[in-house]
Amino acid sequence: MKKRGQSFSLGLLLMLVLAVVLAGCGNNNAASTNATEAPATNAGTTGEAAATTEPAAEKPKVAFVYIGPPGDGGYTYQHDQGRLFMEKELGIKADFVENVPESADAERIITELAQSHDIVFTTSFGYMDFTLNVAGKFPNVKFLHASGYKTADNMGTYFGKNYQASYLSGIAAGKMTKNNQLGYVGAFPISEVIYNLNAFTLGAQSVNPDVKVDVVWTNTWYDPTTERQAAISLLDKGADVLMAYQDSPATLQAAAERGAFAGGNDSDMGKYAPDNYLTNPVWNWGPYYVKAVKSVMDGTWTNEQYSGDMADGMVELAPFGSKVPEDVKTLVEEAKAKIISGELDVFTGPITDNKDAVKVQEGQKLTLEEVLGMNWLVKGVVGTIPN
Amino acid sequence: MDFTTQLLIAAISAGTPLLLATLGGILNERAGIIQLGAEGLMLMGAVTTCIVYIRTGNLAVALLATVAVTAVLGLLHSFLCVTLRANQTMSGLAMTLFGSGLSAYLGKPISGIPLPGPSPKLHLGWLEPVPVIGNIFANMDYLTWFSLVLVLVLHLLIHRTSWGLHLRAVGDSPATADVMGIRVQLIRYSYVIAGAMLIGLAGADMVLAYAPTWNEGLTAGRGWIAVGLVIFARWNPLRALFCAYFFGALDSLGFRIQLLGSVVPSYFLKMIPYLVTILVLMYLGYRNRNKPSGTPEALGVPYIREQRF
Repeated sequence: MKKRGQSFSLGLLLMLVLAVVLAGCGNNNAASTNATEAPATNAGTTGEAAATTEPAAEKPKVAFVYIGPPGDGGYTYQHDQGRLFMEKELGIKADFVENVPESADAERIITELAQSHDIVFTTSFGYMDFTLNVAGKFPNVKFLHASGYKTADNMGTYFGKNYQASYLSGIAAGKMTKNNQLGYVGAFPISEVIYNLNAFTLGAQSVNPDVKVDVVWTNTWYDPTTERQAAISLLDKGADVLMAYQDSPATLQAAAERGAFAGGNDSDMGKYAPDNYLTNPVWNWGPYYVKAVKSVMDGTWTNEQYSGDMADGMVELAPFGSKVPEDVKTLVEEAKAKIISGELDVFTGPITDNKDAVKVQEGQKLTLEEVLGMNWLVKGVVGTIPN
Repeated sequence: MDFTTQLLIAAISAGTPLLLATLGGILNERAGIIQLGAEGLMLMGAVTTCIVYIRTGNLAVALLATVAVTAVLGLLHSFLCVTLRANQTMSGLAMTLFGSGLSAYLGKPISGIPLPGPSPKLHLGWLEPVPVIGNIFANMDYLTWFSLVLVLVLHLLIHRTSWGLHLRAVGDSPATADVMGIRVQLIRYSYVIAGAMLIGLAGADMVLAYAPTWNEGLTAGRGWIAVGLVIFARWNPLRALFCAYFFGALDSLGFRIQLLGSVVPSYFLKMIPYLVTILVLMYLGYRNRNKPSGTPEALGVPYIREQRF
């Protein structure tokens, strides 16, 4: 009897803890957004005070919603670098909220930010519907959502053709492989990863027609343990150059241990293993953030779906690793120049998928919309897209 | 190398942090104190290793610092649970939340900075020609060797020495142990601290062997898997070895099946470790339904001298 009473009270305590923890989480988030808002309102009032003497000095209040911490060394890090660049260029102090989950919490946080800001950047795909909902309620606030496809009168989107850089890293990989077996660690089987994988494969095939690319899906953006296991299984199958569309450098480290080459995603990962590093696509959001905020300031903003590329610098290629030979670098630089000039389009036909169906006819090019909705793998990719 | 050998190597690589954390949990719980703080302790271990290794460039100093920091956290956990007789579940959960938050805060300045070097390996050239064994053991790193030796040491300690007898007595019936003149509080303190140190080393192993840099939330739930493995292994170090490597192999198996050209969706393959865990637990539960579960009898119950239960 006594025992049962104890386990009952233990269960009760556990529930209490959970309740406290959950309540605590809620409060923390609210507190942190309040904390980030506080300086904004201060800045706002001083701004208004200044406005009475000097009307031209009024600057928009800008906020960012991040999916991860700015210190993730990858995707959010690059957005934060973009924010800092924009702050420096325009003399604006922007607010940001980090680690915002792609759930109803996001809508609450975006709503709170919309109440005290003029421009809100939501930097992850999963914020799309929440941003759209909030945009409907705050017609005077401008919303800019990264990587999505839905817009409203006061909501635009922005992203970049990072597949152009994936194509270039494919060229390097195709030249560096000794046995024509490449490996690709893909986060999720979604079009963003698929078109980068396809571009990588097409790039490799452009210099080495016999090359095959094995792909594994990890179903996570960031988990070093899982990413490492994925990389090792590709190496065990014989791949000698790997590319990872993931946030951690785990694939690069696994490749380095076996003397193989590898690249990562989002940021320059060369510092983790310079001798085994190839290169990879890198985001550079700063110039776009400056442009977008400026256009709001001078009243020329439209709800466009902005797509940056290597020509305008939103997409870049990381510096090569120390062991990449000069002739490979030259080859990549040549292709890069052609991409920037518009002479080379990554998805130009003929392209067949890995089930031998013709997807792009000779002489045709995929439209941006078709690329963004890609759900097939090019010939030479060994793997499937789970339904 | 054949498929099985490759899988074994991958299993050991994925299983080592789990093994260290599970052994730490076993020490804790054998002494009668629930350890739900593994996730937080692993994160604190990982961040301490990164900070000290980057600042000093000396791995030995970094590991010593890791052990010291997690020992302090273990001391805190045992002070709460043993001396203050706080609820152990609550203290453990608090440790996880505290560790996650503090590691994220402390790690900010070094986030994304690469470590000076990976985990050093012990090369055994003479072992290399031996098939399978050579492939597996000739190039393991020191922490993996340490975890293997530790399994044996802990097994002997718990089951073959009088210290182990004292430990088990404290975990099963602290009142009896007290009557026998065993210092219950002292033993609980020591093993909770030792357990926390091992869990901290598990975190260190993750940064050294997987991704050579600190990022927030790096353990991605591995601490919670270790909490489960303690129960799965029924508080036995030898079984912990098997369970950790088994789980490591399952972790890796999904990708290998994908590469064999399976038509099974990768989402389903990702469930394999958890699905198999449930099946094995059901099977073991059925097979051992008339045997004791191996749970230390006094697990989660604070000991108060002269209080009757």
